[in-house]
Amino acid sequence: MRIKEHPILEFTPGKKIKFSLDGKEFEGYEGEPIASALVAAGVKVLSRSIKYHRPRGFFCAIGKCSSCLMKVNGTPNVRTCVTKLEEGMKIETQKGKGDFS
Amino acid sequence: MKKTDLVVIGGGPAGLSAAIYAASLGAKVTLIDDGLELGGQLIKQTHKFFGSERQFAGIRGIEIAKKLIQDSIKYKDIELITNATVTGYYEDGVLTIIQGVNGSILIKLKAEKIIVATGASENMLPFINNDLPGVYGAGAVQTLMNLYGVVPGNNVLMVGAGNIGLIVSYQLLQAGIQVEAIVEALPTIGGYLVHAAKIRRLGVPIYTSHSLKEVYGNDWVERAVICELNEEFKFISGTEKEFEVDTICLAVGLSPLSDLLWQAGCQMKYITELGGYVALRDENMKSSLENIYLAGDVAGIEEASSAMLEGQIAGLNAAVSLGYKCDNFIKLNKSLKEELKELRDNPLSEKVKIGIEKALIKRGVD
Repeated sequence: MRIKEHPILEFTPGKKIKFSLDGKEFEGYEGEPIASALVAAGVKVLSRSIKYHRPRGFFCAIGKCSSCLMKVNGTPNVRTCVTKLEEGMKIETQKGKGDFS
Repeated sequence: MKKTDLVVIGGGPAGLSAAIYAASLGAKVTLIDDGLELGGQLIKQTHKFFGSERQFAGIRGIEIAKKLIQDSIKYKDIELITNATVTGYYEDGVLTIIQGVNGSILIKLKAEKIIVATGASENMLPFINNDLPGVYGAGAVQTLMNLYGVVPGNNVLMVGAGNIGLIVSYQLLQAGIQVEAIVEALPTIGGYLVHAAKIRRLGVPIYTSHSLKEVYGNDWVERAVICELNEEFKFISGTEKEFEVDTICLAVGLSPLSDLLWQAGCQMKYITELGGYVALRDENMKSSLENIYLAGDVAGIEEASSAMLEGQIAGLNAAVSLGYKCDNFIKLNKSLKEELKELRDNPLSEKVKIGIEKALIKRGVD
């Protein structure tokens, strides 16, 4: 969900673009972090812990906590909270420690 | 390998102020920041600042950030390296910097002087299921809603009634998000009472002497249980209260990000009043090492107004020690320190003042 009205802030998002998560199409704004586009689209689980597969969500927003590591265009362990969204990006939830493919 | 006069690590209020001040005296400055955007935490602060007039009192953090960023770009002598993390400090004064989200670029940089303004990281709280999605740090909540206009959740339980907890609660309400309650482990509210009163008027209860015990949910937070604390900060069983919330916002303090200062070999000390381990420093914000200065939250958890002043003091002193001319240096340095002293002249700064006294290296009168 996006904030529709705000007493102080005016949001001027970039171009609306399409990207995919695990093959499913999503929409977000160019230049916002991937993870923020995912949260806005209602995606709460971004990754799973390696050993016990516990769900992990958006947590620190500054690329420090590793909760949002995902596979982006084939590259594993991308910190999606500090990586800008681009048109046509292929995002995948990764298993375990991640692998190139 | 690249060489420069002065490296400033961190592009928040302290680092930007330091870089601008040093560059205004002619120093060649390289400013390194790891964020997607410059400005540190200021770029999400929608509230108006208190503090001294010269340090932007009455102006919103986002506006202060804009001004500082514009100033830093104006100076040709400030080279910006953004989206880059300083990963190491070596004995010969070389810094290694990894740039790019996946660390594709390695930069080696040697500087005569370094100002460390790396800020702080948020503290975590132990409670059952604290790793569930829906548990956020307060900084992340601010980033999502104030920077990107994204709703972090629908019903929020705020943990911590210091200034951050209070201010972020208010910001959530401004964004149209429900705040169910604020819990605070201490028996009193830590933040400014003006903020607390504003939130209470909007109907949000503040539970002091309470803490979060556990959260439940399958794949994300669905419920939270809080519990009253006794004088020893232990849960009093039978006093549990349950809330239907999908979001937990943690505002339980910050710790200085002093890793680089440790690695450089600065004299460090654990000072509770400053939030953890900090480097000892003199009045000019110089550490125990001749070439390393510090400013902002890394020198002790405080606020943006004092961070900017510490940055200016560090920037001025580092530039002058590099040999750059400043005609009325002694007067300027003194007036910046006076201003910082005035800023801290309020009851809420008592703790910080005690902490700074413990962290001070007294080098005699200069």
